[in-house]
Amino acid sequence: MLIGNYKVSYAADQAIFRTPASRAWLWVLLGVAVAFPFVAGDYFLYLANLVGIFTIAALGLNILTGFTGQISLGHAAFVGVGAYATAIAATRLGLPFWLAVPAGGLAACLAGALVGTPSLRIKGLYLAIATLAAQVILEWVFTNWTGMTGGIRGINVAPAGLWGFEFDTDRRVYFLVAGLAAFHTWAAANLFRTRVGRAFIAVRDRDISAELMGIDLFRTKISAFMISSYYAGIAGGLWVYFAKVVTPESFPLSLSIQFLAMIIVGGLGSIKGTLFGAVFVTLVPEGLRAVVQGATAYSPDAMSWLAPMKDIVFGAMIVGFLVFEPHGLAEIWNRIRRFFWLWPFPK
Amino acid sequence: MTSPPASDLILSMEQLALSFGGVRALAGVDLQVRRGTISGIIGPNGAGKTSLLNCIAGFYRPQSGRIVFDGRDITRVPAARRPALGLARTFQNIALFAGMTVLDNIKLGAHCHLKTGVLSALAFTAEARGEEEALREEVERDIIDFLEIEHLRNRSVASLSYGLQKRVELARALAMRPRLLLLDEPIAGMNEEETEDMARFILDIQEERGITVVLIEHDMGVVMDLCDRVTVLSFGEQIAAGTPAEIQADPEVVRAYLGTSGAGVRRG
Ligand SMILES: Nc1ncnc2c1ncn2[C@@H]1O[C@H](COP(=O)(O)OP(=O)(O)O)[C@@H](O)[C@H]1O
Ligand SMILES: [Mg+2]
Repeated sequence: MLIGNYKVSYAADQAIFRTPASRAWLWVLLGVAVAFPFVAGDYFLYLANLVGIFTIAALGLNILTGFTGQISLGHAAFVGVGAYATAIAATRLGLPFWLAVPAGGLAACLAGALVGTPSLRIKGLYLAIATLAAQVILEWVFTNWTGMTGGIRGINVAPAGLWGFEFDTDRRVYFLVAGLAAFHTWAAANLFRTRVGRAFIAVRDRDISAELMGIDLFRTKISAFMISSYYAGIAGGLWVYFAKVVTPESFPLSLSIQFLAMIIVGGLGSIKGTLFGAVFVTLVPEGLRAVVQGATAYSPDAMSWLAPMKDIVFGAMIVGFLVFEPHGLAEIWNRIRRFFWLWPFPK
Repeated sequence: MTSPPASDLILSMEQLALSFGGVRALAGVDLQVRRGTISGIIGPNGAGKTSLLNCIAGFYRPQSGRIVFDGRDITRVPAARRPALGLARTFQNIALFAGMTVLDNIKLGAHCHLKTGVLSALAFTAEARGEEEALREEVERDIIDFLEIEHLRNRSVASLSYGLQKRVELARALAMRPRLLLLDEPIAGMNEEETEDMARFILDIQEERGITVVLIEHDMGVVMDLCDRVTVLSFGEQIAAGTPAEIQADPEVVRAYLGTSGAGVRRG
């Protein structure tokens, strides 16, 4: 039983993992993450890679929407920009993956700055529509700029390689994805330990008084857009080395909605919540698929329900969380933790 | 009364005028504030007091007139740049950041004095870490301790009482390291104990830190106790200025504002 936790120094109080218990959990988590690829089967490795890539993308969206309050319906398109830029850098310029992936991040970052520029003037619904327009336009570009993107046939990319080591299986790609996901989670958490992250939250909560505190609204919003789309671009770059091919239909509007579902279900403005959301929203359709597959025994055309059911479940999840638990899984987690923290004397 | 030498003034304005459509909020105000004093602005509701503060803070831009802060014409300086010059304010209707803790709200006040950029923030470099630690120490020592809010630092501001929220707003304004502090009705809506605490803090801010204070207040007792000088606004015009005693005796002020009995108008 722990009643309280007295912090000796301010530095310790500002650490990301503040208590011995949470640091212990971190080590457990790291242990599991490292052991995972040696015990998991192909299907679970595939899922883990998907979760890792989506985590990076969702972190980006949460920085923009959850922390800075700027909604985006075009996040999947920025993932696409990163993916295409990475694929082009790898195939045409022959860059190795460790340059091609950051190149994808930078390309998406520039696209984000461009799309974010009107955000000083437009807010809420109008910003949603502007980012929706970006999504539609970019999807169109992916399909129709055949000279660059290969049109609907897309671009094939060789596996990532490092000093003769080929990341050619899902098991090998896992290390790449897990490492980058961990790194980007750490960086995102860092952001909110400094003035930069505080300014983001201030702009979300009350932009007028933020300005009177000396925060430059435009610079802050553009920074949020750029960081957010950089994260999306990195996720896109990883996607390339995961799927080995980029095609336009990989980045539809429904994926943008799925990213929104991740941060709403997980917790807007919460790093931890983003991780929960990415896991949950990626696994739910897989669970659904298993259920539907089971149902084919009774009704042969059950598989045709899968797509519409997926949409209904996502919609219900978004609405359900917004209504009943607007702080998402992160808050549910906190409540459980508080309960055991003070156990056997819960409040 | 002779006017003080210019170097003695931290703030002065000439013929400040501001209107919204047909409404004249300020009609040629000449406020002068001496360094190291507490000045009060009083007047009935809608007199233009908040508008005047908003002009000084840069949130409203006057149609004509000039504002000089510490020898520099700031009339056209954008609002976001003024905190760095040494101007800080609190709001009539509390404007804290509801999604943050008390500590983060206070730290936000120091934003313009900090340097960490996006890349060093993401990497949490040694400079970023050092800056945060120094800030934390400064906030603890000079602000949290001073305003007696140690027990609140990790609370969400939304969970605090009105009086405590006002105190956190003052804390945030102090974190801006101001030379001139603008307080819009810092005491309104507080109970007696909270009022006494706040009055004591304002006096300490002026006496111990040498920060100049301009405050808007309805509670005449508090204004008379705290202020070195009082300016009275009515319908955007400055109808009187002087020491609290002079103001209380001014027949025009009594007619326009204080009422014939001379009793204070508590709230409006
Ligand atoms: N943003 C605004 N838009 C329109 N009218 C305003 C605005 N701000 C203030 N006013 C008007 O200016 C006048 C002075 O208001 P204000 O400065 O808030 O008075 P006080 O703080 O003395 O009560 C009022 O008539 C008010 O309606
Ligand atoms: Mg007012």
